[in-house]
Amino acid sequence: MRRLRALMRMTAVRLSAVYLALFAIFALVLVIYVTATASNILQSQSRTAIAEETAELGLIYQRAGIVGLVRSIDRRSRQPGASLYLMTDPAGRILAGNVQSLDIGVLDDPGFTSRIFAYQRYEDGGEPDVHLAVAEVVQLPNGMRILVGRDQTDQERFRLIVRNALIAALGLMGIGALAAWLFVGRSALQRIDRLSASSARILAGDLNERLPVTGAGDEFDRLSENLNTLLSRVALLQSGLRQVSDNIAHDLKTPLTRLRNRAEAAMADRSPDADPRAALEAAVAEADGMIRTFDALLMIGRVEAGSHPVEKVETDLSAIVADVAELYEPLAEEAGATIRTHTPSAAPALVSRELIAQALSNLIDNALKYAGGQDRPVEIDVRLAMEGERCRLTVSDNGPGIPADRRERVLERFYRLDESRTKPGSGLGLSLVQAIALVHDGAILLEDAGPGLSVTLDFPAGTGKPSANA
Amino acid sequence: MKILLIEDDREAASYLLKALKEAGHVADHAADGASGFHMADSRDYDVLVVDRMLPERDGLSVISGLREKGNGTPVLILSALGQVDDRVTGLRAGGDDYLTKPFAFSELLARVEVLGRRRGAKEVETHYRVGDLELDRLSHEVRRAGRAIVLQPREFRLLEYLMKHAGQVVTRTMLLENVWDYHFDPQTNVIDVHISRLRAKIERDFGTPLLHTVRGSGYIMRAGE
Repeated sequence: MRRLRALMRMTAVRLSAVYLALFAIFALVLVIYVTATASNILQSQSRTAIAEETAELGLIYQRAGIVGLVRSIDRRSRQPGASLYLMTDPAGRILAGNVQSLDIGVLDDPGFTSRIFAYQRYEDGGEPDVHLAVAEVVQLPNGMRILVGRDQTDQERFRLIVRNALIAALGLMGIGALAAWLFVGRSALQRIDRLSASSARILAGDLNERLPVTGAGDEFDRLSENLNTLLSRVALLQSGLRQVSDNIAHDLKTPLTRLRNRAEAAMADRSPDADPRAALEAAVAEADGMIRTFDALLMIGRVEAGSHPVEKVETDLSAIVADVAELYEPLAEEAGATIRTHTPSAAPALVSRELIAQALSNLIDNALKYAGGQDRPVEIDVRLAMEGERCRLTVSDNGPGIPADRRERVLERFYRLDESRTKPGSGLGLSLVQAIALVHDGAILLEDAGPGLSVTLDFPAGTGKPSANA
Repeated sequence: MKILLIEDDREAASYLLKALKEAGHVADHAADGASGFHMADSRDYDVLVVDRMLPERDGLSVISGLREKGNGTPVLILSALGQVDDRVTGLRAGGDDYLTKPFAFSELLARVEVLGRRRGAKEVETHYRVGDLELDRLSHEVRRAGRAIVLQPREFRLLEYLMKHAGQVVTRTMLLENVWDYHFDPQTNVIDVHISRLRAKIERDFGTPLLHTVRGSGYIMRAGE
């Protein structure tokens, strides 16, 4: 009963029930119409024939009188396959004809009988057989009555056969439809139950669970497939998030532990020449490092979320390149590296000067940090190219480069090639550069500089049209 | 110097007040924007340190209110919002300098002292002197003990800024902001390398050092010691 109620709650089943009812009504109307029309047509044929015959008999009566009429009726009724004939005197006694008996009251009403009546013939003999007929009753001036009729048994049987066949077909169709709908509804219900069970397990936290796909390719399968794709993406994002938070935990816990250890060691050191100041200075430096990491992380987050519109102004990119290269030039010299710049004389673009400078400084900083350690001196090339409406800012070095399969990953927050994390760095530099590229509707490209790494910031110059973010 | 600190966080405020007093300044405190505005408006301060998010009245509205009334006291804005755009908004509202939380006290002190000094030195100086080091802003000449020193343009501006604030601590961030006009955080010690280059030019052949490193804070230009 509960299943039935559940079934009735389904839209498909409700719609089916409505259609079934409508179909039944139409079919019923059809049956009634077909049978009624069929019998009407057949009866009207009989009526025409009867009317012709009574007219003939009327002529015979006028010409030959009662005797001639009786004779004619007697003759007609003896012919094989004759119609019905009956002639009675005013008292109702049978004078001629082939009808032995008929329904009471048929002779009382002159004119066409309003309905089909039952009768028996003389020649039937033995077991009297009941037949059905329509007839016309004529009353003569002297009170005698004549009945002329046509047998309707076959027509009536035909009508019944048609009616019964239609009713049977309708019944079968109804039962079949009901069975089919019940089956479809039940199977749909079961599939929805299975989907619900799977979703419940997913909601409980098992993101590896997938919704069942039967392979039928129907709506349910399409729905399941789409939801499964969605789940895969959520799972991927979640694992990425988990990895980032693990990295954050690791990268911030390490300096926090160092900070704590130093403070603890300073407190425990009771020797007379203990210098708490040095410990405190180290602690401050450690805290500064953490603040810097957090700042970078927050900036990436804000820039990526786009929650903070960045003010873009018309700026000369060549000037930024010159500025940043000049800023890093002494550092490069100290490290035995050279920075070369290749810029057009003027490169106007609608950018955030600070962000572009920050991105460039991160790239040069990376090159100085990671390109060393080879036999040759580090060479860093900063190249700015204006190609139509696009700016391509490339920083390339001659260091060891990044293996092709890792180039995507270094853009992730906290991802570092140096997995032991012994080299300085937060693993946020390139993430920030990428975020800055996104803010400028551009992209970051990592390529092999053969040897070395080349990082290109490719973004539209944005001049000539007002910035959407400004 | 007489400093007014408008800051709603009690703990941060008491720490800053104590540290400012230890550094030899007189510091008052207001815990909300409305009373801060009233105090700044009715008394004479050398520098205002204003937190951006305050109860009663927003920090930026306090500053623009004061500016409308013709009060030109230098203002240092403190804020947890550190984006370049936040700085721009703050400076447009009438602030003179901007410091992002969390910050080092030495950074705050250096900035406050530079702001306070600026008020006294309204007249445009064309010539700076620290010990036997001289810098002429008009002719772009630098001399020490009478001997000319050749500097790159950026080195000149670096020295100019340091000499302008002689006797005051100048942090690395302040140098990047004022000499290079960039507000981002370089991950490495780029500024230190520029300073050491400059130091080599102005000190190597002359014995007594003039440019001193203040550990944990920045640099100070000072004769003697």
